[in-house]
Amino acid sequence: MKKFKILAVFMLCASLAIAQQTPAPKQSKDIAIMGATAHIGNGDVIDNSLIIFKDGKLTTVADATVVKVDMTGLEVINAQGKHVYPGIIVPNTTLGLVEIDAVRATDDDSELGDWNPHIRSLIAYNAESQVVESMRPNGVLLGQVTPRGGVISGTSSIVQFDAWNWEDSAVKIDDGIHLNWPRTFTRGRWWLGEDPGLKINDKYEDQVTEIHNYFDQSKAYANGDQAVKNLPFKATVGIFDGSKKLYIHVEDEKGITDAINFSKANGIQHMVIVGGYEADKVADKLKQNNIAVLLQRVHSRPEREDDDYDQPYKLAKLLVDKGVTVALQVSGQMERMNARNLPFYAGTTVAHGLTKEQALQLITLNPAKILGIDDAYGSLTQGKSATLFISEGDALDMRTNQVTHAFIDGRLVSLETHQTELWQRYLEKVKSEK
Amino acid sequence: MIKNYVTALLFMCSMSLLAQDYFPKNDGVVTTNTNYTALTNAKIYVTPSQVIEKGTLLIKDGKVVASGASVTIPKNTNIIDVSGKSIYPSFIDMYSDFGVEKPKRQPGGGRSAQYDASRTGYYWNDHVMPENSATEKFSYDSKKAKDLLNAGFGVVNAHIQDGIVRGTGVLVALNAEDGNETRIIDPNSAQYLSFSKSVTSNQSYPSSIMGSMALLRQLYIDADWYAKGNSKTRDLSLEALNKNKSLIQIFEGGSRANVLRADKVGDAYGIQYVILAGGDEYERIGEIKATNAALILPINFPDAYDVDNAFLTAQLSLSDMRAWNQKPSNPKVLADNNVVFALTAHDLKSAKEFKANLMKAISYGLSKEKALEALTTVPAQLLGKSNMIGTLKNGSYANFLITSGDVFEEKTTLYENWVQGRQTVLEDMNIKDVTGDYNFSLAGESYKMSLKGEPSKLKAEITSDEKTRGSKVSYDGDWLNIAMTSKDSTKQEFIRIVANTTQDNSLNGKALFPNGDEFSFFATKEVKDDEAKSSGSDQKKSEDAPTVVPVTFPNVAYGMPELPKQETLLFKNATVWTNEADGILENTDVLIKNGKIAKIGKNLSDGSATVIDATGKHLTAGVIDEHSHIAAASINEGGQNSSAEVSIEDVLDDEDIDVYRNLAGGVTSIQILHGSANPIGGRSAIIKLKWGESANNLIYKNSPKFIKFALGENVKQSNWQSFSRFPQTRMGVEQLFIDYFNRAKEYDALKKSGKPYRRDIELDVLAEILNKERYISCHSYVQSEINMLMKVADKFNFNINTFTHILEGYKVATKMKEHGVGGSTFSDWWSYKYEVKDAIPFNAAIMHEAGVTVAINSDDAEMSRRLNQEAGKTVKYGGVSEEDALKFVTLNPAKLLHIDDRVGSIKVGKDADVVLWTDHPLSIYAKAEKTIIEGATYFDLKKDEMMRTKIQKEKSDLINQMMQAKNKGLKTQPIKKKEKELLHCDSMDHN
Repeated sequence: MKKFKILAVFMLCASLAIAQQTPAPKQSKDIAIMGATAHIGNGDVIDNSLIIFKDGKLTTVADATVVKVDMTGLEVINAQGKHVYPGIIVPNTTLGLVEIDAVRATDDDSELGDWNPHIRSLIAYNAESQVVESMRPNGVLLGQVTPRGGVISGTSSIVQFDAWNWEDSAVKIDDGIHLNWPRTFTRGRWWLGEDPGLKINDKYEDQVTEIHNYFDQSKAYANGDQAVKNLPFKATVGIFDGSKKLYIHVEDEKGITDAINFSKANGIQHMVIVGGYEADKVADKLKQNNIAVLLQRVHSRPEREDDDYDQPYKLAKLLVDKGVTVALQVSGQMERMNARNLPFYAGTTVAHGLTKEQALQLITLNPAKILGIDDAYGSLTQGKSATLFISEGDALDMRTNQVTHAFIDGRLVSLETHQTELWQRYLEKVKSEK
Repeated sequence: MIKNYVTALLFMCSMSLLAQDYFPKNDGVVTTNTNYTALTNAKIYVTPSQVIEKGTLLIKDGKVVASGASVTIPKNTNIIDVSGKSIYPSFIDMYSDFGVEKPKRQPGGGRSAQYDASRTGYYWNDHVMPENSATEKFSYDSKKAKDLLNAGFGVVNAHIQDGIVRGTGVLVALNAEDGNETRIIDPNSAQYLSFSKSVTSNQSYPSSIMGSMALLRQLYIDADWYAKGNSKTRDLSLEALNKNKSLIQIFEGGSRANVLRADKVGDAYGIQYVILAGGDEYERIGEIKATNAALILPINFPDAYDVDNAFLTAQLSLSDMRAWNQKPSNPKVLADNNVVFALTAHDLKSAKEFKANLMKAISYGLSKEKALEALTTVPAQLLGKSNMIGTLKNGSYANFLITSGDVFEEKTTLYENWVQGRQTVLEDMNIKDVTGDYNFSLAGESYKMSLKGEPSKLKAEITSDEKTRGSKVSYDGDWLNIAMTSKDSTKQEFIRIVANTTQDNSLNGKALFPNGDEFSFFATKEVKDDEAKSSGSDQKKSEDAPTVVPVTFPNVAYGMPELPKQETLLFKNATVWTNEADGILENTDVLIKNGKIAKIGKNLSDGSATVIDATGKHLTAGVIDEHSHIAAASINEGGQNSSAEVSIEDVLDDEDIDVYRNLAGGVTSIQILHGSANPIGGRSAIIKLKWGESANNLIYKNSPKFIKFALGENVKQSNWQSFSRFPQTRMGVEQLFIDYFNRAKEYDALKKSGKPYRRDIELDVLAEILNKERYISCHSYVQSEINMLMKVADKFNFNINTFTHILEGYKVATKMKEHGVGGSTFSDWWSYKYEVKDAIPFNAAIMHEAGVTVAINSDDAEMSRRLNQEAGKTVKYGGVSEEDALKFVTLNPAKLLHIDDRVGSIKVGKDADVVLWTDHPLSIYAKAEKTIIEGATYFDLKKDEMMRTKIQKEKSDLINQMMQAKNKGLKTQPIKKKEKELLHCDSMDHN
């Protein structure tokens, strides 16, 4: 019996030991990727490319048939017939804030209260999350970690997905504040005997006024000497001086219109629509005001019975055609584990009208621009971070998305995960028992 | 005439209480009154089809003595002349809660659900209360009676509107004068039933409609068994149910779908319910007709939506708009199809709304004769009381209406409602119609006066020298009082007139001037052509009735005007994924004929075939989803830890838009599984997605029998507040299975022995598993429980057919292979609860490697739209071959469902359930271009485009109609947003 116990303890330790992949060290050797089809992220493609990066930065991204480079001292990866992409960025995600939905102790995505601009996602971000590590084998390498709940959920930060801790993972700290715009329709409370269906939210105007009032107060605070400590107001100052973005989560046409007017009235420089199920109806207005959209999940059901079956699939195309800057996101049910499917969401927009390079832009350069990290991320551009991955085939299609290498800031990151280890162990077991 | 009338009133008040002649009397002498009352010169509707133009109705002791054109009037008769008026039988409402207090809701259930009954001596389920009696709770409600009398009702059948079996109703006359001894026509008039639980108990079973259906079935079996004296204990509910067996059984359906469900339950036990309808029966009238059930029809027609706000209106669904447009035509459609129905005021906020809605039904084409039948003879006959109520034949109760004319005309006044010979005056029928245009002169000036409106709200417009005078007018007891301003408008002075009517409709009286002068007043009435006026209003009405838009199948957006037909189709030059030994055939033709795959080969031709150029496209077998929860009205019967008695086949939803959307994703067949709330769940429905067909026609013919089992966190209720139900651990789950299978085995042995036994639907179903007649698809996650269930099955000598979800299948894949069980799993879901912590996307590949039959399923209406791509993920995760990967969502689920002899591959002779893809079927870039089931095209990209335009147009038209309705001053209701809840394994009904 005792023996069993010891064995059990041993096994537990062993399983803990393999639960985490070790973050990669700094790039020490210069690396060249030869011969791959390079998908730049800005719409361009180089069929036979040469990509070189040093100290985590891209130094050469060029047509291999044109440039002459001295390759001595370079570690060369032959990627003939393969594809290189910029690291995929997942905006508006709760990755690292929740490990297992149903286990409350692992849930850190939603704080008590309605007005939480001071609540910061970064410090709760679990860099060792098993869900986070499962992003890398699909090419998803960066994310905007975003709190949920309330009217103002809190402040997001942007992280990369291979780090020892949240501090090391940070790419951009406290990039923006997230505001949930009131809904035009609310659900009846069936447990009180009300019809559970959606009915007009008759408090909508009041709720909008409340937001106006809150921003008036915040602005007044920002304009003052800020001597008195008020954590929430203090956190909003950046929205008014342009150092933080305001992400307004809103789906419907009227809400989006009201949100645009609200931002203009408050002189907010950087506003982004998150969700935007009906954004196509106000595309011209979004374009005019240069407002970008972090578009709701491509793989979702149409909201209304009468909607086109492919409405969520084709929405990106409708917006892109109107000149709106669009990036894809994943929020919704099972959003964390689904974030690794972001490349396939982009693939679906191709089936419904976009070109593959346009679609790639929605998960690379566009989110980088919208989140304000395009100086370093989002495309394979000289001078930018070497955050990229190599796939055997077209990464937007699950048939061919086979990632062989992924680099974050030039560091070759592990593609092993809790899941791949279980796979290898049990595949061996099955094979040995056959 | 007035004198007669007053006498009649006096006579009424002095009439004795005949029914209580054996009661002691201490307030005077005992009197008897043997006088008759006759209403003469009336147009009498003895029945809806028997009308006497100028007849006499003779009544005595609250009953009709005679009605006819020449009735001999005895000498001791009080005669009331009602010339020019009409007499109808009073209406009957057979679905009412009149005078029966609504039971109070039991306060909340606390920390854990209540599984056991709160009573003893009764049936094990609190919601079954056949012993309840409305008569015992009955108390005459004069206020409500007044509203009902005003609406024309004379008799109502009231019951306690609570619970699944609700006990007996009470048939009551709305007799305001006498007591219950006279009013109550039948104290046990009918037995009432429903699918809704009682508010007086928190007992959790049944938590779904399918549970209610199962409960009723078992109840009928138990009642029969009890009646035969097999029970050792007393059950007051079963005794009452058996006692009520001979009564009319009235069922609260409340919707087209529930009417069909109720009828299905009744039919199995030889009971033909009379069913309360929902108002949407016109959507599938053929099926409603086929039930042969008489219906009780509410006429609570929806108000138009307030479409002023364009943003909000954009959220309104076509089906909600159609409901507004089409529902008023429901009574007409039922009548046209010879469905027997009675009308009810049930569902209306108040009986006051009854007439307006009835008028609406008539303006939408319900004939007046049918309307009258539905309010009189039909309910009387359904209640078995044709000889007592519903007509004015000899011997019937003297329940009748006196009206100014056709009772179904807007302008008609309902003067009196007599019930059991007791008169209720609603409008004074002797009041004269003083409205009209008059001329008079006073002190040398001539005036024109126009009187308008109801007698009680009369309005006057008086002009002199083409100048309008301010005026006030009232009419009371045949006296008209008028006050008008004098000629000098700067002064606040009035001329007062008081006058009454003369025989020739003139007004005669006096006028008092401000200075005190008094003049005689005489005004003559202008004669008008009545005919012209009435025909004018008829014309207006026909303009008012909006165009009813046609019903589609199903009657929602993307529904079809006609069901798609089987065609002969020839696909030319496709890449054909046969799923057979032939593998993937390039540049190949496939011929579909008579709903089957007819030929596969090169250069095929068929003169009768429609040729489809499939160059560059892929043809595969239709996608099959082993685990779906679309197209069902409920998913879980969570009220008990075993619910083998329920079946999803009972609760199919044939208008779920997700069916259409799944077709657009190439899905042709699905298994709708019961949820995972219980270790032993309910029976499955295996259906084809024949969008437009009715629920029953979706189900596979000779469908293999399946039941859902479940393991893990859901069945032990780990993730919500529940601590009172066994099992709470995986240890308990095993014992629960062993216990049930032991009992099923004993039960089955007894059943086969020929000895008497109590039939138990639940154990019947479990015995089918033991007898290898029913397959288990078991929701499962971790390896311990998967292994356990295989061992339990081994012990009882049967095999588990499928583990569904089976996310740790890869850990026990070789054991699964050995047991012979298939694995139907998610492609890449994990980490949403603790038991899926070790779920890996390589699961399918490893199980496949071990030789297990693997399927990829959805459990999700969104994912099922791209199940082909989910299968594509197994190529990525684990390197499954593309051919095998496609089988994961076609042939393999067909095998697991035992329908692979019919579907799952492109093979000559199999059902022509195929999908034409625009691209490689595992690719993210592929779209289903055509989805075909048995040779009929249920989804077509091009047709879809066309339907979008049509939907847009129809919505605009309906919005226009609603704006017109609002402009006409009709009531409107706020916009609501229709939403189909996304159902998963753990979804519960909200009831």
